[in-house]
Amino acid sequence: MLELNYDSVVIGAGPAGIAAAIRAKELGLKTVLVENRDLLGGIPLQCVHPGFGLHYFREDLTGTEFIYRFFDKMEKLGVEYLLKSHVHSIELVSHNEKIVNVITPQGVMRLNTKTLIYTAGARERHIFEINVVGDRPAGIYTAGEAQTLMDIYGIIPGKEIVIIGSGDVGLIMARRFALEGAKVKAVIELMHYPGGLTRNIVQCLQDYDIPLYLGHVVTRVVGKRRVEKVVVTKVDEKLKPIKGTEFEIPCDTVVLAAGLIPNLDMLEKIGLIIDPYTRGPIVNEFLETNIPGVFVAGNALVVNDLVDYVVEQGELAAEGAYYFVENDGIPTVDWKPIVRGRNIRFIVPHYVSGKRDVVLYARVQQPEKNVIVTIPEVGWKMKQFNVRPAEMIRVKLTKRLLERASSAEKISIEVIPGE
Amino acid sequence: MMPIKVVIVGAGIVGSSIARVLSMYEDFDVTLVEKEPDVGWGSSKANTAIIHPGHEEEPDVHPLRARLCREGNILWRQWTRELSIPVKWPGELMVFFNEEEEKNAKKYIELAKLNKIPGVRVVYRNELLQMDPSINPSALGAIYAPTAGTISSFEAVIAIVENAVENGVKLLTEAEVRGVKVVDKKVKGVETTKGFIEADIVINAAGLYSDKISHMAGIDSGFVVRPRRGEYFLFDENVRVKPEKLLHTTPTPITKGVYAITTIHGNLMIGPTAEDLPMDAKDETSTSEKGLEYVWKESERLLKELPPRTKIIRTFAGLRPEPPGGHWRIEAYDDPWGFVNAAGIRSPGFTAAPAIAYYVLNLIKDKYGVSLVKKKHWNPYRSDIVRVKDKSLQEIDELIRKNPDYGEIICYCKTVSKAEVIEAIERMKKAGVKTITIDGIKFRTRAGLGMCQGSFCRWRIALLISQYTGVPLYQVVVKKDLYGVGEVKALLKS
Amino acid sequence: MSERELTCIICPASCTLKVRIEPGGSLKIDGALCPRGVEYAKQEVIDPRRIVMSVVKVVDGDLPTVSVKTNKPVPKKCIQEVMKATASIELKAPVEIGQVIIKDICGADVVATRRVKKVNSM
Repeated sequence: MLELNYDSVVIGAGPAGIAAAIRAKELGLKTVLVENRDLLGGIPLQCVHPGFGLHYFREDLTGTEFIYRFFDKMEKLGVEYLLKSHVHSIELVSHNEKIVNVITPQGVMRLNTKTLIYTAGARERHIFEINVVGDRPAGIYTAGEAQTLMDIYGIIPGKEIVIIGSGDVGLIMARRFALEGAKVKAVIELMHYPGGLTRNIVQCLQDYDIPLYLGHVVTRVVGKRRVEKVVVTKVDEKLKPIKGTEFEIPCDTVVLAAGLIPNLDMLEKIGLIIDPYTRGPIVNEFLETNIPGVFVAGNALVVNDLVDYVVEQGELAAEGAYYFVENDGIPTVDWKPIVRGRNIRFIVPHYVSGKRDVVLYARVQQPEKNVIVTIPEVGWKMKQFNVRPAEMIRVKLTKRLLERASSAEKISIEVIPGE
Repeated sequence: MMPIKVVIVGAGIVGSSIARVLSMYEDFDVTLVEKEPDVGWGSSKANTAIIHPGHEEEPDVHPLRARLCREGNILWRQWTRELSIPVKWPGELMVFFNEEEEKNAKKYIELAKLNKIPGVRVVYRNELLQMDPSINPSALGAIYAPTAGTISSFEAVIAIVENAVENGVKLLTEAEVRGVKVVDKKVKGVETTKGFIEADIVINAAGLYSDKISHMAGIDSGFVVRPRRGEYFLFDENVRVKPEKLLHTTPTPITKGVYAITTIHGNLMIGPTAEDLPMDAKDETSTSEKGLEYVWKESERLLKELPPRTKIIRTFAGLRPEPPGGHWRIEAYDDPWGFVNAAGIRSPGFTAAPAIAYYVLNLIKDKYGVSLVKKKHWNPYRSDIVRVKDKSLQEIDELIRKNPDYGEIICYCKTVSKAEVIEAIERMKKAGVKTITIDGIKFRTRAGLGMCQGSFCRWRIALLISQYTGVPLYQVVVKKDLYGVGEVKALLKS
Repeated sequence: MSERELTCIICPASCTLKVRIEPGGSLKIDGALCPRGVEYAKQEVIDPRRIVMSVVKVVDGDLPTVSVKTNKPVPKKCIQEVMKATASIELKAPVEIGQVIIKDICGADVVATRRVKKVNSM
């Protein structure tokens, strides 16, 4: 078995991992990027639609164009990477020594590293996680699987499609199917409001006359060999199906876009602590987890709606790894917890030191109009016409602003009604 | 000597076990006929996967069931070793929660005595909760049967068929039997969707459809097999509650109770229900809200705690064949000469299958006067696919040096390598499976049986199937239908 | 006189815009919180345009498809025409990002948005 030494091992070569590896390399860390698939890029490689890079590059790029810019940068810097390489296990030796065991076609490699940046993304919820009963025929796909088939491998999964979930992923897949000549019969959304951006409701559904059923669930899939139809039921205020409201939609394909769950099994085995609200890890402002020197970024940290945020987190994690290596561990400080106030579903990171600028990512619990997002301890306020769970709130707090809260025990973020 | 041509209808656990036993003898030339694209896709696949001890069979009502269950339990120890079938023998606990259940449960100690099942005894709460801390502490006690085991049921059928084929049996898949040809009161063969197959002996092991096949031979039109549905939940490997023993509630007249077991692959599984369906519902393997809720409730009673619903990785239902009176119909007939029923094999059919196979062999020998000459070079062994998941890092490294495909992991959840997928494809081809399905690969390699349920690996497996069989990607078969409907522009062009 | 209701997509405020076409042909727009919403409504009513994105087949490449898009928004009514045109194309690897795949269709070019390297076919 080959043994190699690194300052930082980055796991997962999607946008977060690539951004982290680039930044780590720029900072002078000996870094390797480990990827399971035979190609770099992760999910953006199959995102042929625009809407990427508006923040990061100030340009509207497709996912594919966005990620290729990073490939070019990787190549220029000579970032080391391993393809077809699967992390078998992680061993914790001491606070600044970890061993990442990697299975590769060249043999098993043992990578000794001071830090680990985990950017393995999220997995999609599948049909058995959303209380659907009935048959288990061919014709059921997750959105990511359908997208891989269409936009990488060039095959179309079905002709008559029902999409479960109105998040951006579901909406974008609805349009892709419609563009390629499939009939998208419906998008079914459990919540009483859409899960995706308004832009996507307009441009992915309304443009193609695709009906959106809010406050509905697919309760049953019917079909012996292939999907023949789905049974859809209305839900009440508490999201419980209402008996007697069932109706059927004939279709040959069900596409699940029912949400993502951070993919953290590998780290849970070594004691990672999870925030039940993000289903990602609890982290400090460097995106370091409860395991010293293990950083998490991108959708493995929190399910983001913009790739720009994913990249930002990857870079931050690399900076954290650099700080860790420089100081032989993140120096001890008085971490202040960030707590969820009114109408906040989650907040990341969970701890700040107040000694440097920090970017907060939050989501609201429910849509609300004419509100103020506020962090009272630092006297920060932002008026919003509209807050929606679909749109992450990103707040940058400068060190200067945070100094105002130097005597506070905690920092809280809340959404309050505007005047 | 011209070998006797035998057609076995149905490549489930019963049919494949009979095929294996017949393959030991020079006397037979066996064709195993299956209507599905792969073996073991009927009742053999979706059940509780228990090797029963035999203390639940009433010898005066079901003497054959009682005898063959006990014999099967013993034979499986040998068969699983010879064929590398995943199995473990933790023993089972029939848990009772009140005096009425206790009284009912103690009846099985009496049955154990009658059936000569060793080690069956009652255990009370203090001992019980130490035996298996995952049991609900309100339990009063349980009947402990140490000889119970659990097996990988789908892998068992696959292994047996591979071994049977190795020993000369021919497998014909996607061939549904449409008629049994009888001339002058003698069996001549079967008419299938893949053509006519000549036979001197036809053995009906068609499970749920064994009534239909029996009727085709003109036997007992009153014999009907009802579908009885059982629904289950399967949880991720990574949950807190993992029963050490095979736990179940006390049986009712129609079920052996709801089980909670840790499967051979490490998943918590709870179920089944027992619901009699209409006669024509023999493909009604859908799950229902009501059935799943019942399983959940009963399991809550049985276990200390259930994992959160977010840890469910699959719900499924299987159909079990239920013959009249629960009586197996295992007979060799004079009229038509050469027709053999191994029909209506309900629980404990899986356990009994190897014993049923020997029983059928003896029926044939006695009824049709077969000499039974053992083959000199019959191979009892079959090795399993080499799996990266079972190996140490050092061993994995050595495997990769021999074949780099072991170093490419296709299924993350279950750590399945490309080499294993390719080996599964090759084994399917060798066994005579005509359509290499994604499900077929799943059951052989376990790729797709993990937490993501295949969303990461299904297309990768499909790509490998496409590459190694020459079938276009969209024409790769998932289970019984295609993965896609055409190239991405197909709908725009039409 | 006709009236249409639109949802503004310029910012998260998602204003509901009421657009009325006056007898003289001029537009009256209500409900916008800012002038950008008024502009959006005018564009959407007079000449709605969209970027069209798809994939086309590639042979001898490291991937079997290349993703493509129109390099500027095309009239909404032209979407089908662009899609039909992509259906009959088969490219040979290599393909470079920005490479023009279809020249001048509905006032735009269809360009590649992914790189496909040439591999030796078996």
